[in-house]
Order: sequence, then structure tokens, then C-alpha cells
Amino acid sequence: MSPKQIIGRIGLWFAVLVIVSPAILFFLWMLSLSLKFEIDNASYPPVFIPEHVAWKNYTDVLASNRFLTYFVNSLIVTGSATVLALVIGVPAGYGIARMAAHKSAIVILIARITPGLSYLIPLFLMFQWLGLLGTLVPQIIIHLVVTVPIVIWIMIGYFETTPMELEEAALIDGATRWQVFRHVALPIAKPGIAVAFILAVIFSWNNFVFGIVLAGRETRTLPVAVYNMISFDQLSWGPLAAAALIVTLPVLLLTVFAQRQIVAGLTAGAVKGG
Amino acid sequence: MSTLIQSTPAAAQSDAAPEKELRPPSYWPFVVPALVVVLAIIIFPWVFTIWMSLNEWKVGSATTFVGFSNYLRLTSDPRFIEAIGHTLVYTVLSVLLPLVFGTFAAVVFHQKFAGRGFLRGVFIMPMMATPVAIALVWTMMFHPQLGVLNYLLSLVGIPPQLWVFHPATVIPSLVLVETWQWTPLVMLIVLGGLAAIPTEPYESAQIDGASLWQVFRFITLPLIMPFLFIAGMIRMIDAVKSFDIIFAITQGGPGSASETINLYLYSVAFIYYDLGYGSAIAVVFFLLIVLLAAVMLYARQRMLWTEIASDA
Repeated sequence: MSPKQIIGRIGLWFAVLVIVSPAILFFLWMLSLSLKFEIDNASYPPVFIPEHVAWKNYTDVLASNRFLTYFVNSLIVTGSATVLALVIGVPAGYGIARMAAHKSAIVILIARITPGLSYLIPLFLMFQWLGLLGTLVPQIIIHLVVTVPIVIWIMIGYFETTPMELEEAALIDGATRWQVFRHVALPIAKPGIAVAFILAVIFSWNNFVFGIVLAGRETRTLPVAVYNMISFDQLSWGPLAAAALIVTLPVLLLTVFAQRQIVAGLTAGAVKGG
Repeated sequence: MSTLIQSTPAAAQSDAAPEKELRPPSYWPFVVPALVVVLAIIIFPWVFTIWMSLNEWKVGSATTFVGFSNYLRLTSDPRFIEAIGHTLVYTVLSVLLPLVFGTFAAVVFHQKFAGRGFLRGVFIMPMMATPVAIALVWTMMFHPQLGVLNYLLSLVGIPPQLWVFHPATVIPSLVLVETWQWTPLVMLIVLGGLAAIPTEPYESAQIDGASLWQVFRFITLPLIMPFLFIAGMIRMIDAVKSFDIIFAITQGGPGSASETINLYLYSVAFIYYDLGYGSAIAVVFFLLIVLLAAVMLYARQRMLWTEIASDA
């Protein structure tokens, strides 16, 4: 390596460090806050690595039975909204791609632009009239506003790239359209479905705005529950940071382990609903 | 485009008759369930919102048709007009800063270095993490006495700031969070653009002895412009609608210094339960987003025209 190349390498590593450190330092600080007792969290200058580690912050959060309820709520809402979106959205993406009905994507675009709160006003009234408030059903339904467009959008893009020849051969052999979809198109589309699934799960899990309006005391999802902790525990940062980290940990793990799918999905443009 | 590519070999192989038989509109059954859901949760709410916006509609009292008076009320609502201002400032900053940093990050991640895949994963964590959880930690970091940010400032000799606790600094502080969160998205989109650039212009630039900045300014930047535009558009749509971060950190405060349209819409609809007026805000809000998108498209067209004109 020439001196010029060495300088270039050092410059590159310096640039990488500058770019990545805001993310790394933030999450390390979050971890640090969550592992400290109040004395350490309230000290100035701040303590980065505490002398005594407060595992208690985590066990307290996990031991509270409310937290378990909210965790189960989150699982039910995100799970149902994602599975329903896949059941509805994968065939729809297939149909739209095969009919080349690109204009129908305008609806997805409108859904993408519309602020989540606009859906909430009319749907809130609907749920009230139907007497559904107080159950998890309204949240499952409204999370479809997030998950369905993501799944349809990604599946349209994916089915447009899968080869038609096999499907046409199957049709000539006398298979019905449903059989072709079920046994030919669907197996090929598995990677696309994985992308749609992961993104739908993440954006549904993270959703906050629908919950603050629709969730009652018993029907909160985790993001809403964590937000509600702020007002009660204004000054105990340790347990609060621990709860925040627990809520977002599944998503962070997904991000690291399914990075390839997430990047593929996000660059397809179907980012974030609501 | 893909249908063109797909249909050519089929048409070449078979006669016209079976080809026609293969394309009846029988894909409809696949779309119907989604159509029903989209009608119920996207189209219907929209139509109903427009109807509600023409009514005096408060939770717990009778509704009356009032025509456009909700919209007229908006024009003389100082809180709404102020919210438009906050939204525009917040949006412009939250588009430009991630575009600048994201482009820089993309150029860096386009290079080859050890651990690139893993570090890219770390880099995109802020935008995937649960916004409320993130907001909570940022709130602690912004704390004027105990927050780590003021400590970091003190290390380089800058006096402590009030961050989100002062009207003058609250929006820039929130933009800081938004930029931290969404720079990765710009990076990913631009990175996709960089991957598509041919290597020849770079080789000739190297032979001509161009500096790094010249290479970026005159080769890379023009070629990634379409991707920057898409990134800017997505960023604009998300920044205008930003809710979680602002709501969880400031709830629009102090006072109403960081109250954007979306935050005001929330207060009107779900704190005052004035659903008719809230619906009118939702409609105007949507139109504003469409307008901003149209302005961006127009600006992009103008840029293309001047480029063509200067080339000629």
C-alpha cells in the first residue's frame, strides 16, 4: 500500500466511525440507563458503566403482571394484523401483478400519504357504535391499515419479477388459477412473503398512534404501555429505560438478523404506514 | 414493463388462440378480499371523514350539517395557522438534514471495508426501533440538569442548553431526533442508486486527476439525483406526518411551540372530541401533503429542464 492509500484507508475508517457512532452510542447509553440504580442515573457527571449493576430494573418490569398482559396484547394485535394482511394481501398482490392493474396501486399510495389519525376519527366512531371498544378487535382491524398496504405493495413488486413460464405451463396442463397460485406461484414467492412479513410485523409492533386512542387500560399494546409509564414514573429512569429496551428488543434483533430482507423491502419504497 | 418482457416469449411460442384463452380477467377472485378490506378501512374512512367535516359533530351531542363552516373556521384559527408554520419548519429541516447525512453515509457504505454488512445493520437500527422507546431515551438525554447531551456539550466548552424545554430550541431538538432516526432510510435508497452507477466515468476522472470532491460533485451527484428525489419525497411525507416522536417527547410543548398539524389534529379530535372540526383538519392536512408533493415534483421538473437547457 502506498502512503496515499493508507491515508485513504484511515480516512474511510474515520468516516465509518463518525457515521455509525450516533446509533451505537445511543443504544449503549440506553443499555447503560437501564442497568443503573437511581443514584447513578441522577449523578453528574453521568456514569457510563456503573459499579453496581441494577438487574432489578429488568426483573421488576418483567415481574409486573401488567407488563405480561401488554406483551400478550402486542403479540395478539401484531400477530393477527400480520397474518390477516398476508392472507388478504399476498393473493391481491398476485392478482394485481398478473392483471397488470398498476392503477390500483394509487390506492396504496393514498393510504401511504394519509396521516394515521385521519383513519382513526371515522373508525373510532364505527367501533364505538359496534360496541367493540374495550376489546382488542379495533386495534387488530386498524393495524390492517398499516400491514395490508405493505404486504400488497411488496407482493406486487415481487410477483412481477417471478417467471410466468411455469404458471402458463401449469395452466395449459389444466390446472385452475387457484391451483397455479397455490402450487406454482406461492412456493416461488416465499422470499417476497418473508420480506412482507418482517416489515408488517415491525411496523405493526412499533405502532403507537392507534393504541393511544383505541386502547383501554386492559387493551394496551407495549408502546402505549411504555408511554403511560412516563407520566407515573417521571423520575425513575432505570426501570423506564429497561422497559423501553424490552419493547424494542425484538425489533432490533429482527433488524440485525433479517437485515437483507428489511433492506430489500425498504428500498422497494413501502416504508411505514400510519 | 415486466408484463412486456413476460408476454413476448409466450406469444412467440404459441398461437394467438391459446394466448387469448390464458388472459381472461379471472384474477379478480384473488383481489376481492383485499378490495373489501381496502374499501372498509381506507376508502370508507376517507368518504366518511369528508362527510363529517361538513357537520358539527361532537362526541355526545347531536350532529348538524353546517356546510363548509368547519373549513372557514380553520382560516381564522391561530393555533392551526401556527401549527402549519411549525410543520413546515420541521419538515424542511427533517428532509434536508437526512438527505445530506444520508448521502454522505451512502458514499461511505458504498466503499468496501471489513464488517460493512454488520455495521450497516447497526446503522439502520434507529429507524427500525420502536419510536416511543427511542423518544423516551431521548427525553432523558435532553434533560437540562441530568441529561447526557449537556454533559457532552460541556466537554467541548458549550454552555448547557434547554433542548426540548425551551420554545426556541424545541423544534431543532426534535429534528435532531428525526434526523438521527431517518438518515438510514436516505442512505439505503442512495446506496441502491450508487450500485447502479457504471464505473467508466470514475476511471476517466481518476486518469484526469479529479479530486474526491470533484468526482462527487460532477459525477456521483448528478447520477444519484433521481434517487435523492425519491428519498426526499418519502422523507417529506413521513416528516409532515411525524407524530410518535413529537407526541412522546413534548406533546406539542412547551406551550404550543412544537405543535404540528398532526399533533393539533390529535388534540381537536381526541382531547376535545370535536370530530367534525378534526375531520376538516384531516382533509386540509391531506391536501397540504399532496400540495407539497406536487411542489417537489414541479421543482424536479424545473431542474431537469434547466439541465437540458444548459446542456444544449
